Amino acid sequence: MGVIIDKELCTGCGQCVDACPFEALELIDDKAVVNDACTLCGACADECPEEAITVPEVERAEDERTATAKGVWVFAEQRGGVMPEVVAELLGQGRRLADELGVELGAALLGHNLDGLTGELFALGADVVYAADDQRLAAFNDDIYCEVLARLIGEHQPEILLAGATSLGRSLIPRVATAAATGLTADCTGLAIEPEKKLLLQTRPAFGGNIMATIICPSARPQMATVRPRVMKRGGRSEGRQGRLISVELGPEDQAATKVLEVVQALDDQVNLVGAEVVVTGGRGLGGPEGFDLVRQMATALDGVVGATRGAVDAEWIGHAHQVGQTGRTVAPKLYVALGVSGAVQHLVGMQGSDAIVAVNNDPNAPIFDVAHYGIVGDLFEVAPAMLARLKQLRGQA
Amino acid sequence: MKIAVCIKQVPDTANVKLDPETHTLKREGVESIINPFDLFALEAALRLREQVGGEIVAISMGPPQAEAVLKEAIGYGVDECLLLSDRAFAGADTWATTAALASGIAGLGEVDLVVCGKQAVDGDTAQVGPGIARRLGLPHVAFVKGFREVDGGRLVVERQMDDGFDVVALPLPGLITVVREVGEPRPPSLKGKMRAKKYEVPTKGAAELGLTPEQVGLAGSFTQVVKVFAPTVSGDRQRLEGPPEETGAQVIDALVDNQVIMLGG
Repeated sequence: MGVIIDKELCTGCGQCVDACPFEALELIDDKAVVNDACTLCGACADECPEEAITVPEVERAEDERTATAKGVWVFAEQRGGVMPEVVAELLGQGRRLADELGVELGAALLGHNLDGLTGELFALGADVVYAADDQRLAAFNDDIYCEVLARLIGEHQPEILLAGATSLGRSLIPRVATAAATGLTADCTGLAIEPEKKLLLQTRPAFGGNIMATIICPSARPQMATVRPRVMKRGGRSEGRQGRLISVELGPEDQAATKVLEVVQALDDQVNLVGAEVVVTGGRGLGGPEGFDLVRQMATALDGVVGATRGAVDAEWIGHAHQVGQTGRTVAPKLYVALGVSGAVQHLVGMQGSDAIVAVNNDPNAPIFDVAHYGIVGDLFEVAPAMLARLKQLRGQA
Repeated sequence: MKIAVCIKQVPDTANVKLDPETHTLKREGVESIINPFDLFALEAALRLREQVGGEIVAISMGPPQAEAVLKEAIGYGVDECLLLSDRAFAGADTWATTAALASGIAGLGEVDLVVCGKQAVDGDTAQVGPGIARRLGLPHVAFVKGFREVDGGRLVVERQMDDGFDVVALPLPGLITVVREVGEPRPPSLKGKMRAKKYEVPTKGAAELGLTPEQVGLAGSFTQVVKVFAPTVSGDRQRLEGPPEETGAQVIDALVDNQVIMLGG
């Protein structure tokens, strides 16, 4: 299966080969030839100047759920009664999508002793809260959370379900999508409604962030997506806003096979990079482990956390928990300060979603400058202390 | 203990460079490798086998040339391999991928533990491990960073979370996905490499897995890519040049003006 190439029209220009994100095209005897890696994304057809490429329609069985499913849902993740910030962001985005579709916004809340949280979900925009409050849900276990949530989905049939792309969400939600027999798009950075068929357009970085892909789930419901934290804008909060609370009872068959023995929070070697508003990252340009002293000073001054590139981690200047990038954590803070970071693709992928990026590097050609909002070419050991001094001065501490 | 390890062949993105003009990938000469996270899965399986004994089977879905990563797995010390390969598998999303992998694992006989890397570096979805677990009716723990206890009946593992970690008991049979902290992969052994040269990788297609063409590949996928485009770089970019004491102060002033930094009270 693949795109159809008209050999008569093909001039062998190779533009389609360059356009293909999946390495599914190659030139053989000056003609484009498609291989098994083709996903019918159509990037080549858009590019072909000869209009020699057509994308065949894939026949899929119509699923009755596409006609009946209604409503936008948010999975209201909580741990120990605390919801991460991403829940408010999902409700903000969910509210916009629900209003556009003219449907209700629901929130699915699973856990134990949840009384304080339902009011908060209403205040943040939920019309309905489906709350499963049970001792058996006190700790997070994928299997029981999955079965309870999948059953709720089956009963109420939402058309869209959004969850945070957190550690918990990325473990649970793929299991739920499988149980619900529907499609799932991971780690979305953009969501919109396609006007004609009212499908959810789910946009995410692919191939390590080098390309963006927009994905749909045309034939099954709910259309499920995990959403990267700190990308969507949270909505307004109206204290005292009311909604419907639907309490969900568990059955005797609902038992977790796994058992959480201990929850260990905020360890020294665990850095909450994902939740941080400010991340100050050091790279090989620091010259050695002692270079991180300056990074730590900057992080302290900006009330942020310390990040590191793979190069600095591999050199054992700092622990892996600090690593930002493809093999570390993906971050999108308000402010990202890169000191002595050259900007390998794998690093850029993990931080280019940040609101404001400051880079200090002595190499004017460093790729980090392609993504930096404020790029300073210079010696970081001179520039960073100047930044710290100015901060102190402005805060009246000088 | 019988352990199945899922591995995927991916382009070596660590050696991919961006074209500075077009911001697209330069692909010339990009090699295929074992997904780096799957090397941690292999290492975890090898350590478990050392502790409690047993057998490791590496399994992969991919085109015929994905045989190469399975042979590499033999070099690292796994006992057997299975390649799931069929033209009908092409274009699979994670739903269709887990259909094939779950059937392949089910066909291995009684497996005590399935180990996957946390995600593949080409797709970055992290969906396949939990999806396989649900299809096989196994409990799972994702993002495992360490082992506390190992015996025939259960594992006690450390699960990485955003705010720390959990200690979780997983009854077997079960599935885990692992992160880098489980341990740096050992190099392949000479003996393993010798064996890999002669090893013939068994292959199964859709029919041998009991799957119809409608259940796998593009036709068996729920999700569909409709558009692919280059990421746009948002916001203004400015380059500050001059003496460090000036540029350092300028950038702080700009961040304060734009309310990125709040001076507060």
